[in-house]
Amino acid sequence: MIDLNSLTISSAREALKARKFSARELMEASIQTIKDKDSDIHAFLEVFEDALGLADEADKKIKEGVDLPLLGVPIALKDNMLVSGHKVSAGSKILENFTAPIDSTAVRKLKDAGAIIIGRTNMDEFAMGSSTENSSYGPTKNPIDPTRVPGGSSGGSAAAVASGMVIGALGSDTGGSIRQPAAFCGLVGLKPTYGRVSRSGLIAYGSSLDQIGPLVKTVSDAEILYDVLKGQDPMDSTTIGDQSYPKKKDFKKIIGVPRSFVESEGVSPEIKKNFQETEKRFRDLGYEVRDIELEHLRFSLSVYYIVALAESSSNLARFDGVKYGLHVDGDNGIDDYFKTRGAGFGQEVRRRIILGTYVLSSGYYDEYYNTALKVRKLITDEFRKVFMEVDLILTPTTPTSAWKMGEKSTSPLEMYLEDIFTVPANTTGCPAISLPSGHEEINQIKLPLGIELTADLGREDNLLKAGKEFLGEK
Amino acid sequence: MDREKVIALSKLARVDISQEEAENLAGEFEAILGYVGEVKQAYKGEDMGTPQSDMALKNILREDAEPHESGLYTKNLLAQAPETEGEYIKVKKILG
Repeated sequence: MIDLNSLTISSAREALKARKFSARELMEASIQTIKDKDSDIHAFLEVFEDALGLADEADKKIKEGVDLPLLGVPIALKDNMLVSGHKVSAGSKILENFTAPIDSTAVRKLKDAGAIIIGRTNMDEFAMGSSTENSSYGPTKNPIDPTRVPGGSSGGSAAAVASGMVIGALGSDTGGSIRQPAAFCGLVGLKPTYGRVSRSGLIAYGSSLDQIGPLVKTVSDAEILYDVLKGQDPMDSTTIGDQSYPKKKDFKKIIGVPRSFVESEGVSPEIKKNFQETEKRFRDLGYEVRDIELEHLRFSLSVYYIVALAESSSNLARFDGVKYGLHVDGDNGIDDYFKTRGAGFGQEVRRRIILGTYVLSSGYYDEYYNTALKVRKLITDEFRKVFMEVDLILTPTTPTSAWKMGEKSTSPLEMYLEDIFTVPANTTGCPAISLPSGHEEINQIKLPLGIELTADLGREDNLLKAGKEFLGEK
Repeated sequence: MDREKVIALSKLARVDISQEEAENLAGEFEAILGYVGEVKQAYKGEDMGTPQSDMALKNILREDAEPHESGLYTKNLLAQAPETEGEYIKVKKILG
């Protein structure tokens, strides 16, 4: 059987083109690995039955000499992207029996590029969480150490790639939901610039923050998927084109480190040590690494949570038990809403919707939501200014390595604080990538660590360039 | 923040929660709001212009033309509704 652990998207495409194996054999290897491993990991919510048949169709095209960037490559999808005719639940009971009537734009683009959607992966309900413990269908475990979380909310996608079930997956990132699980599972995770990838057919969480992106093993693979996914879409009015953010300067290999932020309390000694090693590695690669000041950066987590809570309470108002999804019968029309939403949403979703309602309520709107929008602008302006001087900002991806299952589930605030390094990219809209940067050894298990590079709006090219150099890719 | 306030908010959010959950949430909300409330220290009344005004983001509107064939998605969409009657989604009586 094909060893998926040693395979990347680019090497699989080479092998398919050279007929070293067929798309069917590649798909069978994925399905077999899922059968062997997923009862322990629980990365998948469903493997699609049509996947093998679609692999045969891809083989026919390969024989005809068709060449597409993802032809015959199985890709797993986080359970919040619509695939026409297939179930999609956002990890929630409220959508347990929902079948997508359309393809999301991301899925349509994957299909057009020849990819085969193998199935849907587990996630924190409505992407609300940092550990994939908040799924209504049970938690996903970290394949490197199954007593630990894989990160979240795209934890199923990360675990699926890290355990060799698939060679590539898509996640969505509202506050770090691609990058943090990538760090915890030793993968590359890219969150593109806000608006770069269409969200049409992505189940919304925080609409001014959400982006779709890849979880893969190499930066080159991230680039392949990013190139397929990006682009303006008439179905998502927030998408941007290549010229929306004109390039202001050439790449000069200058990295800025927000020193006080990286040194802050709550960042583990192992992460700090790994970060120093990372800085040295970049210097050895010919980068200039300098300290930068971002005065308002420390407020970005607060800004993020206020905005995300507000937007989620508004976005999730659509789940009313009338048009689609779960319906629980009450005494009258409005009681149907209370009962349906009370039963259909899990605890963390209820918590965020109710808090979101609070920060948007007339008495507190100015104090929280409006103030958060203003501070968001301050932070964004500071980032844009710093990017006149540096090409990239470097931080750890996470303040700690993967934690034990259940360790943080009793304190929501403690869980929120884990997102400290990833939320600024969503708050500002900037693109960011997490790269594997080493390990922390606990009980003879090497837990992966990640570092994060952030670039100016529209400058994914800088992330990909530096990422490839850092990982020694051509 | 107390239990009654959480219950009132849950009513506005149209979510049924138990008294016990409201009690727990009240404590958690105190902690979360205490933390995120720090934004108030960051903003010192500067004139910000319109939030996000310098972003390149502009809403793109599709042409109000070339609609898809009428009824093309009706069957699939209605199939997702909890209750239907003919080509309508059925709800409880709203006006007495």
